[in-house]
Amino acid sequence: MSFPLGRPLGNPNDPEFQCDVIRWALNLLTEPEGPVLADYPHDAEDADAPPALPACPVDFSPRRQLNETETLFHRLHTEFSSMHTWYTVARARTGRTAAGISGLDFDEIIELYRDFISDNHPGLERFAPHLPDTLRLAAEDLKSCYFEALSSQPDQPTDAASLSNWFWENTYAAAAINEVRKKCLDYTTKEMQLAGNLLLVPRNQLHRFTP
Amino acid sequence: MVRLEQYDEHERAHLLGLPCPRFPDTPYVTGVNPQRARVAIVSTAGLHRRSDRPFGLGEAGYRVLPAEVDPADLLMSHVSTNFDRTGYQMDINLVLPLDRLRELAARGTIGSVADFHYSFMGATEPGPMEQPARSLAAILKGDRVDCILLVPV
Repeated sequence: MSFPLGRPLGNPNDPEFQCDVIRWALNLLTEPEGPVLADYPHDAEDADAPPALPACPVDFSPRRQLNETETLFHRLHTEFSSMHTWYTVARARTGRTAAGISGLDFDEIIELYRDFISDNHPGLERFAPHLPDTLRLAAEDLKSCYFEALSSQPDQPTDAASLSNWFWENTYAAAAINEVRKKCLDYTTKEMQLAGNLLLVPRNQLHRFTP
Repeated sequence: MVRLEQYDEHERAHLLGLPCPRFPDTPYVTGVNPQRARVAIVSTAGLHRRSDRPFGLGEAGYRVLPAEVDPADLLMSHVSTNFDRTGYQMDINLVLPLDRLRELAARGTIGSVADFHYSFMGATEPGPMEQPARSLAAILKGDRVDCILLVPV
């Protein structure tokens, strides 16, 4: 079987499939000898399907190369506003959100990122003791907003690869996270280096930001 | 699990380069009958309630997740950015299948569902996790848990 990393029960919103995975695992308890290593016989849905690009009403025409921070954040603001309205639909529909781990609201996250990228140190002072971790958690909150927003739109793909490719290839939010990643690498502290090298952009998406 | 061939070359090389420890013995015991088992979930998804402290880099401890926890109260602060979170956002049961355990208990597939479940964060070295894991094992015994569903993330 093949399940995407991060989906150990296989398919979201598929109770029968998930129960079957658990039943298979529990049945290993009755094996008389071990250790036991057994393959679950079914792949997760879409495991082998080529990723599809979501059709999104927000303008995700190919992202332009951006040199100026203000231009990036102007476009991010426009993009974010369009995504946020869908995010509120998703939140009302499901009654939950994965966002909130940074302790900041979305406006504060965007402001934090702008301050960090533009070296606006007074704006960063309140985050000083935990700045690398806050930057990382803020990225997760921003991604949660975008992915939950997309999930509320009709007929969007739900497989991991399509969603990841969409975000990292097309959005200005991803471009902002990458600018934060690059800025982290200007710092010499171990925590900032770790954040810049490992914790902000997935390894398999980094190629989108290298010339 | 994910097939290695579904990763790009860089990611595949990274995974193949991870250390794979050898153990001198195999402390295997026959498991309980699932139909009589009291089952707890131990996830490595870095899950916690909003009131808990988020997981930080290298953290070896765990967070408790009461069986009656409201899914809207759960967050994931796992430090790795290299795995999918969209599935968890769509359906918490992908990483914490409490609803599934309740359904299996109702069908008689398992005996009962434990009162407490737990999450570690998988991106931590195994060594520092030994002591918290041993401590948790004692707590699980106190909760009469005799079967753990490990949900790796």
